[in-house]
Amino acid sequence: MPVRDRPLSPHLQVYRWQIGNTLSILHRVTGIGLALGIVALCYWLSALAGGEGSYDEALHRFANPVGQIFLMGWTFAFLYHLLNGVRHLFWDAGYGFERTARHASGWVAVLGALVGTVCVCWLVWRGAHP
Amino acid sequence: MSLQTSLGRVLGRGSAKDGTGHWWAQRVTSVALIPLTLWLFFSLLMLPDFGYTTVRTWLALPTSSFIALLLVAVSTYHSYLGTTVVIEDYVHAVGLKVLSLMLLRFLYVLFGGASLFAILRIAFGS
Repeated sequence: MPVRDRPLSPHLQVYRWQIGNTLSILHRVTGIGLALGIVALCYWLSALAGGEGSYDEALHRFANPVGQIFLMGWTFAFLYHLLNGVRHLFWDAGYGFERTARHASGWVAVLGALVGTVCVCWLVWRGAHP
Repeated sequence: MSLQTSLGRVLGRGSAKDGTGHWWAQRVTSVALIPLTLWLFFSLLMLPDFGYTTVRTWLALPTSSFIALLLVAVSTYHSYLGTTVVIEDYVHAVGLKVLSLMLLRFLYVLFGGASLFAILRIAFGS
């Protein structure tokens, strides 16, 4: 059969950037971030199993500024992926497709994750500085 | 030009992929992860500090280590399902795609297995 250039469906760049696709991309990005978080969780658990020396070393790494930025990132990624995941589950069940519901739930996911992240940072900071 | 009909070319070759299995496993694990991840999240936040003795004592409790085992198993599987799709979407060269999917699976078994092993060591105190 001769090879022909088949018509392709329009790709990302032809669409107007809006909240729906942004949040969809963010869901995938946070998912990839959380996959790296699984590696960090593995490191933390292994260090804890290894004894006080290795655990303190791990704690020291997580507590330095770069480590803290990663932990904040994982907190946001977790909260956003959780909230937006629930949004996806509602869609799978056939609810929430209307424009207003779609946009409102999207903002709840983003703002909820941001507020949650700030709360967690504050709680942890307060715990470390009584 | 083949003399086979379109139907003749596809008969006996099985379905294209695995049907809805992947999709459904992704949903089931996502529902299971809602309570499991929230448990870890709030358990950590309720600890008085993140020092060795506190954290190890908490995780060595039978309830904690059991739920942690479930969390690691389910989240590793869920993450594997998700990142598999990412590779399938963006890696187009067949050889590289097969290699990276295989490497991905190895990595998940490695890190998932190491996490489970660490929890068991803590639970049984070795």
